[in-house]
Amino acid sequence: MNKPQKKGVFYWFLYFALPLIILIIWESFDRAGKLKPYTMPSLEKLFGTTVEYAKNGQLLTNIGVSVSLVLEGFFLALVTALIIGMLISLFPKFDTFTDLIIQILKPIPPIAWIPLAILWFGIGQESKIFIIFIGAVFPIFLNTVDGVKTIDKKYFELATVYEIPKSELIKNIIIPGALPSIMTGIRLGVGNAWVSVVAAEMIGATKGVGYMLSNGRSLSRPDIVILGMLLVGIFGKIMDDILRLLRKKVITWL
Amino acid sequence: MAVENIVEIKHLTKVFNDGKNEVKALEDIGLEIKEGSFTSIIGGSGCGKSTMLRIIGGLDTEYTGEVLVNGSKVTAPSREKGFVFQDHRLLPWLTVKENIRFSLPKEQKKNDALIKEYLALVGLSDFENSLPKQLSGGMAQRVAIARALANKPKILLLDEPFGALDAITKVNLQEELLKIWQKEKITMVIVTHDIDEAVYLGENVVVMTPRPGRIKQIYKTDLGTPRLRTGSLFAKAREDIYKEFFKEAEIPFTYNI
Repeated sequence: MNKPQKKGVFYWFLYFALPLIILIIWESFDRAGKLKPYTMPSLEKLFGTTVEYAKNGQLLTNIGVSVSLVLEGFFLALVTALIIGMLISLFPKFDTFTDLIIQILKPIPPIAWIPLAILWFGIGQESKIFIIFIGAVFPIFLNTVDGVKTIDKKYFELATVYEIPKSELIKNIIIPGALPSIMTGIRLGVGNAWVSVVAAEMIGATKGVGYMLSNGRSLSRPDIVILGMLLVGIFGKIMDDILRLLRKKVITWL
Repeated sequence: MAVENIVEIKHLTKVFNDGKNEVKALEDIGLEIKEGSFTSIIGGSGCGKSTMLRIIGGLDTEYTGEVLVNGSKVTAPSREKGFVFQDHRLLPWLTVKENIRFSLPKEQKKNDALIKEYLALVGLSDFENSLPKQLSGGMAQRVAIARALANKPKILLLDEPFGALDAITKVNLQEELLKIWQKEKITMVIVTHDIDEAVYLGENVVVMTPRPGRIKQIYKTDLGTPRLRTGSLFAKAREDIYKEFFKEAEIPFTYNI
C-alpha cells in the first residue's frame, strides 16, 4: 500500500500532461487546416458551442434530465437489489426458486431491453427508467449476494457462542459484513445506469445527454456530439468520485 | 446440589467422516474437570485437543458418549461456556466497546459499567473506542477474553489463544490470565501445543496423543500461585511432560559423545 503523502507539483504536472498534449495536438491540426468542420470541430468551435449551450440553458437541461433519470432508476434498482439479495442470502430455498431465471436474465445487456421497453412503455421517461433499472439492478444484487456469502463463517460461530438472535445477526454481522461488497455493487450499478441512460436516450428521446449525441449526429455537428460525450465522461467520473468518497466514509474498518 | 465437577466426559468418541474416509479424532475419552480449576490440554497437531474443547463448548455436537457441563448435557454453545478462539474474532466494524456490548445478553446491553469493568480487568480502558484494526494481536486477544468474561461464564474455554502471538506478549498474557483466574475464580480450560504454557498455567495437564486422539496421561503440577517459571517444581513438571512426548524417540536433550 502507498503511504498517504502530499501530492507535489510534479504529480499534478504529470496528471494534467496527457490531456494538455491532446489539446495541443488537436489545436495544431486545426491550425494546419487538417480538420473538416463536419467530422471534427476546432477547439474554438467546441468551446463556442459549450458557451452557447450553457447560456441558452440546454447544457443544464440535458444533464439534469439524464442525471435525474439515472437517480430514479438507480434507487429503484438499489432497493429491489438489496431486498432480493438479502432474501436469497438468508433463504436457500428462495435462492433455488429464483436461480435459473436470474442466470438467464443476467447476461442480457440493458441495451437489448430497449426495444421491449419502448413497446411496453413508449419513448417517455418510464422506458428509460426501466432500462436504467435493468442496468443497475444486477451488479448491486449480485454483489449483495456475494458479499453475504463471503462473510467469514467464524463470525456466525461467534454469534452462536453469544446466543445472538437473528435480527441482531443481520444488523451486526450480515449487513456490515456484506457492505464493502454492496458498495462495490453500487459503484458498478451507477456506472451501468449511466451507460444505460445514454444508450436509451440515443434511441428515443427529446432531451438528455444521449439525445445530444444522436441529435448532433443527425445535424452533422461533431461539436455537439463531442460536447455530449465529454459531459457523459465528466459526470460519470464525478458520480464515481462521490461513491468512492462515500465508501471511505461508510467503511471505516478496512 | 453443587456440582463439584463442572465438566464430566465419559466414553467420548468423535469420528470425522468426509464421505470417503473415516478419521477417529477422539477415542473413548474420559475426563473430569473440577469447578474452579485450571486445566491445560496439550498434544501435537491432530490429537483432537481442539475438537474436544469445541465439544465441551457445544460448537460440535456430533459425537458419541456423554459430555456434561454443569450437570447437563451439552447441546449448543452458550454464554455460560465462554470460548476464546485462536483468532481474536472481534467484529472489525465495531469498536472495542461495541464488540463487548454485542456479545452481552439483552438485559445487559446498556450496562456500560460492566463493559468498562472488564476492559479495565484486561488493562484496555483507554482503548474502548478503538477499532480492532488499531489494536495489536495481543491487545485484540485481551479484548476477546474480556468479551468472554463480561458474559459471566461458568467456565472459560481457550483454544490456543496465544498461539499466534510473539513470545513476550504471550508470557505477559499468560500472567494476566492467571491473575484473572485467581480474581474471578472461574474454571479455565486451555488447549495449547506449547509445553511451557501448559505446565505454567494448568494445575492439571492433560497430555493427548494422536491417531486416534486419546488421553495419555494427566499430570498434577502443584506449582501453587503465584507460580514461578524458574523454580525447580516447574522444571520437574516440564521435564515429565517432555518425556511424554519424546519417550519413543530418544530424548533430544541427551547426547552420547
